[in-house]
Amino acid sequence: MVSLVMNSAASAKPAAMSASQPVLRVNNLEVTYYTDLGRAKALDSVSFSLKAGQKLGMVGESGSGKSTLALAMMRMIKPPGRIEGGEVIVGDTDLMSLNDEGMRAARLDKIAYIPQGAMNSLNPVMRIGAQMMDAVKSHVRGERGSAIEDRCTAALRSVDLDPGVFRMYAHELSGGMKQRVCIAIGILLRPSVIIADEPTSALDVVTQRQVMETINRVQAEINAAVILIGHDMGLMAQAVDQVAVMYAGRLVEMSSVREMFTDPKHPYSQALISSLPNLDTKGVFRGIPGLAPSLLRLPSGCAFHPRCPHGHEGLQRSVRPEPVTLPGGRMVACHLYNEDGHRHE
Amino acid sequence: MNIRIVARRLLFFVLVVWAASTIVFFIPRLSPRNAIRERFGELARTGGFSPADVEKLIASMQQQFGLDKPLLEQYWQYLGNILRMDFGYSLSRYPMTVTDVIAQSLPWTIGLLLVTTVISFVLGTILGAVAAWPKAPGWLRSTATPFILLTGVPPVIMGILLLFFIGFRLKWLPLGGAYSVGIVPTWSWSFFIDLMEHQILPALSLILGSVGGWVLSMRGMGITIQGEDYVNFAEHKGLTGRRIFRDYYLRNALLPQVTGLALALGTVVTSAVVVEGLFGLPGIGTALNLAIRANDFPVIYGIVLFITIAIALLMTLLEFVYPLLDPRIRAN
Repeated sequence: MVSLVMNSAASAKPAAMSASQPVLRVNNLEVTYYTDLGRAKALDSVSFSLKAGQKLGMVGESGSGKSTLALAMMRMIKPPGRIEGGEVIVGDTDLMSLNDEGMRAARLDKIAYIPQGAMNSLNPVMRIGAQMMDAVKSHVRGERGSAIEDRCTAALRSVDLDPGVFRMYAHELSGGMKQRVCIAIGILLRPSVIIADEPTSALDVVTQRQVMETINRVQAEINAAVILIGHDMGLMAQAVDQVAVMYAGRLVEMSSVREMFTDPKHPYSQALISSLPNLDTKGVFRGIPGLAPSLLRLPSGCAFHPRCPHGHEGLQRSVRPEPVTLPGGRMVACHLYNEDGHRHE
Repeated sequence: MNIRIVARRLLFFVLVVWAASTIVFFIPRLSPRNAIRERFGELARTGGFSPADVEKLIASMQQQFGLDKPLLEQYWQYLGNILRMDFGYSLSRYPMTVTDVIAQSLPWTIGLLLVTTVISFVLGTILGAVAAWPKAPGWLRSTATPFILLTGVPPVIMGILLLFFIGFRLKWLPLGGAYSVGIVPTWSWSFFIDLMEHQILPALSLILGSVGGWVLSMRGMGITIQGEDYVNFAEHKGLTGRRIFRDYYLRNALLPQVTGLALALGTVVTSAVVVEGLFGLPGIGTALNLAIRANDFPVIYGIVLFITIAIALLMTLLEFVYPLLDPRIRAN
């Protein structure tokens, strides 16, 4: 495997960050959509952090705020949505404090986004190469054209694409190849954080696997922190090492993938895991009772309480559960758990 | 683009020209009217020729124009003439040939119509693109509004209004003609200025009403393109706004506009007849107008055929340009 050429932009970054220091810290991120029907709080004080090389899977139902989180971190929330507060700290820069030009420069360079609909994410009238070159040229000044081209073909090779793709158009590529091109663009500047928004949603299972392997490999190569957004729990189980569960705009649980699948803490996570089909015990397919709540009319207290199997006590109805860190470092936001990690019935 | 596609397009062009010539040939022969007879009939009424002499004259004329031969033979002869761009003699301006008439009036029409169509297209497309671009400054985005209000005002109405207010009331610009009476055309600066002064009002009457159409179609397309994933991803890539506007947004929104331009070229001639007539410009439209009034059939058919060929040629050229703009067309 040909590795990416080291470039001036990448070597200028604080590469020697200590391993324990998180490369990404998201603190109390809040996003509200001001719709005609009222205000919808799509992200409600979401906080988490990731270390270099860590892979986080972000799961949740449609409308739980996964994609909003990704867009908010890129500062790409469009009106009527608004980022109302919080910090997104990559390395030692808070993206929220940058001006527009600074944020533009940070995109792809510090934090890259691999789009959901890779099928249409490439400009149909430009060659793939031109779409890679302009990404580099927008961030790196004074690099010779041939050097940029070398960098782009190296990126194509590292996602298992023929360098000839450089001269091709999007309509000449298959869905999987287009997704790989998007990944190649994402790693062009060796960002420290990569967000992949359902990168495999439009692909068949064989291609899905290949794309996931590609993401894994390039991630290891540039040692970026990766956030993988999706609702395919099976895919997540294989691909990530941390899982975060979102519900109604809040992060309700975050733990290692092993803990999440063997011992989910939050009742919603439990329901998600138990709704996965199991080959050993064939039986009736179990879903989660009830519907995801509308963000315009969130249930009081814990937003999950109408669907929660643990009764509707006064506490659940009236008080919003705050995230607590359980012994062992996993995080959960549920009234069933307190700071000691004890479950109080 | 491979040879086969080029060959197919060219073949199609030849077919169009052939079909148009054939129609132009047969239509007048379906009519019971006889141009030569009508013309000499007029002469006979006014000039006191004896009817027998007129009949002889007509017969000799028929022979000269080859009208006494069988229809099919005339047709082959005619097709041969078309290939040589020979449309015959003008009846009303004899001994000028139809080709002479066209050659004389063509520069005026090209100068006015091609220029105004291109100006409308470029102006409307840019204004429409900007109007749909949310990051453009507000004053720039609203520049398109007055043009949208004028959309669809026919050139003739616009021309009359302009003539009345700017030409007649304010006397800022001349009322008509290609250049001032009494001036001899020379390659001089003063003549050029005079020429341009006479072209402003006709040009404005053609441009003002048509920019809005381009604005509307471009703005609609622009709004659609902005929702495309690739424009979004371009922003995620951290491209500068200018690059996104030019390479991702404009390039893609432009494709249907070019198709629209091809279609608009077809209607340009209609405007020519009206506007050139209104302003007394010696272009193709005026030539056609005069020919119709004088029953000058060779000129009428010559011009109609010429216009058909010209438009077919432009369309064919555009067909070759389109794949350069959109690589997806190249593939098919």
